[in-house]
Amino acid sequence: MSRQVRGNGSAACIVGIGQTEYRKWGGFNDRTEFSLACEAVKNAADDSGIPLTEIDGFASFANDFNESQLLQLGLGTGPLRFSGAQWGGGGAGACGAVALAKMAVESGVAQNVVVVRGLAQGQRGRFGQFRAGRPFSNFMSPFGLFGPPQMLALFAMRYMKQYNVTAEHLARIVFNARAKAKQNPSAIFHHAPPLTLDAYLQSRWISEPFRLFDCTLETDGACALLVTTLERARDLRQPVVRILAAAQGGNAGWGNGAIGTHTQPFDEYTTGNHAGNAQHLYAESGVGPEDIRVAQVYDNFSLLPFFALEDYGFCARGEAAEFIASGGIDGAAPRLALNTSGGHLAEAYLHGLNHVVEATRQVRGESTNQVADADLCLAVSSLGIAPTSALILGRA
Amino acid sequence: MSYLPDDVPAPDINADDAPFWDHVGQRRLTFQCCADCQYVQHPPTPFCPKCHSTRRNWIDAPEFGEVFTYTITHHPSHPSVKPSTPYNIVVVDYPELGHVRLISNMVDGNDIEIGMKVRLVWDEQGGRPMPRFERVVP
Repeated sequence: MSRQVRGNGSAACIVGIGQTEYRKWGGFNDRTEFSLACEAVKNAADDSGIPLTEIDGFASFANDFNESQLLQLGLGTGPLRFSGAQWGGGGAGACGAVALAKMAVESGVAQNVVVVRGLAQGQRGRFGQFRAGRPFSNFMSPFGLFGPPQMLALFAMRYMKQYNVTAEHLARIVFNARAKAKQNPSAIFHHAPPLTLDAYLQSRWISEPFRLFDCTLETDGACALLVTTLERARDLRQPVVRILAAAQGGNAGWGNGAIGTHTQPFDEYTTGNHAGNAQHLYAESGVGPEDIRVAQVYDNFSLLPFFALEDYGFCARGEAAEFIASGGIDGAAPRLALNTSGGHLAEAYLHGLNHVVEATRQVRGESTNQVADADLCLAVSSLGIAPTSALILGRA
Repeated sequence: MSYLPDDVPAPDINADDAPFWDHVGQRRLTFQCCADCQYVQHPPTPFCPKCHSTRRNWIDAPEFGEVFTYTITHHPSHPSVKPSTPYNIVVVDYPELGHVRLISNMVDGNDIEIGMKVRLVWDEQGGRPMPRFERVVP
């Protein structure tokens, strides 16, 4: 997607990360979603050492109300030179927003671009509920198909039957997230009591095959990243984290995929629609799945990481359950450490942007579940929908 | 009595969708079909995605389809369906029409299997006919 047109010094880097406190949805009654977004941006700027007045761009993705011109006013940032957002379903564009920031700084359009997600579902309504005006709702709502839990359940059911995936396989993803949250003081489930397999299996159905604990947290909070060029990053406070590659897109004929009419191409139905992103990321970065040992993957429902394992080549199609069952993502020395902040299942639900914040921490060496010598980290936004997006971060 | 309550959100019909819902009003389930290349498309689009023709026809769905995937929903994500939980949602596939697919429900219970053969039946919801399905017992 992006080409380095101005030499290595213009290569995009993440130089600041920031977040607010994360609370269960409805947890911030005395503050607006906007004020949470502003706080996260301020924290990211402070983390980097770049003054707010030097921020000249904002990038975001779908379902965002904290628009660039409002943030510019609210934060007192300088003249605006870039403002852009990726279309598509909520969580598919977090990495895509970072991809936009990368393009903006590498092309020289802007110098210091913020990516932010503020979410206060207590104020804006819950994403899992019926919302008027979803694309294709004419062909969904009259049949009781209202929100992502049911939409993704349809997608999950076919995959699980096709490849003999069981609840115990899904539980492994949930337990991994809980274990990681235990070490992450910012995680909403940091103090949650341990979840047993029995309690998981006995938790109520939301939409089969998803039980309560297969479903994301619903959060009020915000997080942000600040992107600038390598040239500038070298003079700043933090270890330099390069955006080695970024991609957004999806195959032809998908429409909204699993959050739409489920009419994506027959042969691709049980994939994450990330194959094109994977090809692009590996070509642009020059690394392959064999080089990557930690990944942050969108997990609003427990099955979604399975698609990333397959689309990004950590295992073959249909083999993610076996990869997971054989200890591929958890335990002392997994092949691929997964969702080391706790992800959406146990840290917070910020539409995939908290996954990118955690990917940055891994490459800096600052995660509370640090993978030793994690010089690369893959971040993958939502799967089975379109357009999707992903990043590979690496040490400069 | 309809499978789902009458106050489930009704379609908010636009010009691209209108023929589909007009036909549904006449108890005809139809899919858009390109007049030039015969590609069958759902949901409706202004251009044929295969040959880009704007000459759009409509064809009647076959009597039988098969369950492509399904879910049983226990949590009401809209207040209207509270009395209906647990209810099913199915995606019905028509292999002979290039795997065109339709979201709907089975009216005869939640014991559903992928690949199951199903027959189109007409239900009525909020004063409007609704295309739904029942199992075909072999």
